[in-house]
Amino acid sequence: MGFSAIAWENIVLTKTLCRSNNSCPKPFDFWVVFNDLIDCDAMEHPLQQTPLYNQHTSLQGKMVPFGGWLMPLQFQGILAETRAVRTRSGIFDVSHMGRITVDGPHAGALLDWIHSNDVGGLAVGRAKYGLLCTATGGIIDDGIVYRLSEEKYMLIANASNTKVVLDWLLHWNQTKYPKAHILDITREKAMVALQGPEAIPMMQELIAFLHPEPIRPFGCKEGEINGRPVLVARTGYTGEDGVELILSEGDAAWLWEILRENGATLCGLGARDVLRLEAALLLHGADMNTDVNPVEAGLERFVKSDKDFHGRDAVRNAEERGVGRKLIGFQTLGRGAVPRSHHSIKDGSRHVGEVTSGGYSPTLDTNIGLGYVAPECTVPGTRLSVDVRGRSVAVEVVTLPFYSRKRN
Amino acid sequence: MSTPKQAKYSREHEWVIVESENIGRVGITDYAQEHLGDVVFVDLPEQGSEVAQFGKAAEVESVKAVSDIYAPVAGEIVETNQRILENPELVNEDPYGKGWLFRVRLANLNELDSLMSAEEYEAHLGQIG
Repeated sequence: MGFSAIAWENIVLTKTLCRSNNSCPKPFDFWVVFNDLIDCDAMEHPLQQTPLYNQHTSLQGKMVPFGGWLMPLQFQGILAETRAVRTRSGIFDVSHMGRITVDGPHAGALLDWIHSNDVGGLAVGRAKYGLLCTATGGIIDDGIVYRLSEEKYMLIANASNTKVVLDWLLHWNQTKYPKAHILDITREKAMVALQGPEAIPMMQELIAFLHPEPIRPFGCKEGEINGRPVLVARTGYTGEDGVELILSEGDAAWLWEILRENGATLCGLGARDVLRLEAALLLHGADMNTDVNPVEAGLERFVKSDKDFHGRDAVRNAEERGVGRKLIGFQTLGRGAVPRSHHSIKDGSRHVGEVTSGGYSPTLDTNIGLGYVAPECTVPGTRLSVDVRGRSVAVEVVTLPFYSRKRN
Repeated sequence: MSTPKQAKYSREHEWVIVESENIGRVGITDYAQEHLGDVVFVDLPEQGSEVAQFGKAAEVESVKAVSDIYAPVAGEIVETNQRILENPELVNEDPYGKGWLFRVRLANLNELDSLMSAEEYEAHLGQIG
């Protein structure tokens, strides 16, 4: 069996990642290659481990490099984990994501300047999603800003963009908004996501300070569980209800065990990617980057262009003039070969775009994907095809999201 | 899952069980399906086509990767497992049984000698971990 790999997000699942290619004792088996990477002298940039690393390895997590961290790709299996989140609950170690606090009289204004949404004026205990843009309207990162107190906010960055985002904040802090203190707390805090229909009931049982009412969606609250400080945010990246919990790295293993004992299913990055794709949540690095603007990506609702923010004019121009390509969702007409990132999208024999994310959806039992196409090909119901490694796969444009949970 | 004694194995984790006359049934091993992860699509060879020993015969696509499958023996493809087109998860659940990939009429029975027995294959797995 020859292992030809698919590039996925920032992982290249191939043995070439290990530079001691020839001396690695098990060059075929990519799982083992990545386990060996920890000891590989040839490795130039050692991967970071989250506070839950030992839990993952002792619970048979299959560890892979992601965004500079060694993370579990799966435990029992990607599809089983995905189904568990859709029907019960799952826990994800998301400690690899950047956690940056911004504190001081200029904190709100600084964040309003770099973030496309109305975050400075958030009520305490509320959060908003939006984009950090370049001067030409490209997307540096996407992220949620939480307002923790009058002058204190927290921004969550993608793992691979943490440094870029931190530097960006510091730059504007130094040049425009000096009365703010920026702190990268990624390494001192762990973050665990609990997602699924059983997540909120489980939280209500475990956390006294969430009574009498749980926090609202996109709300956040600080408190304690058994004397240990925790920030609970009702946000997530799966399309299910649930929370993201931020606590000190020393308390992470304890919390992970409690949630496991209460029936949450261990989930890795593989399931996380399937779930977010089904919910049509975009992934920076795949579906958006500094060459993509929010209008192309269909993210206008997270852009408040009546607010002055960095890149606002470029986004406004794109809105007014129109764009040459737009994000669509599509699904295949049956099971079959899976459209993947970078595959060409065609209208007949004409190349009209490219896939940015694709995969099998167990919830819909078909293959789904996101990609950018010429604007005339974006109408739901349009039949196109994708060139999947030389074979032509028929697809149909669909309205997004692919999956929406039932709401009470 | 135990390694079926009646099969012969390639280093690349394919197995062949010789059924009647010189018809061999081919699939991937439990080790292979475990390391591939959840199978979502199998690209089977054309019925009637010829495969060479250790030549590419099929592709197995899992959630995260695509793998080439090499024929453990040369010959003509006489049948492919249509069930796994609708239910690719059978390759994970029952890799030596319902998850078989194709049947081949062996061109050269001697090629079986170049494959490993179940014991030899298990030893091979012990070495690669």
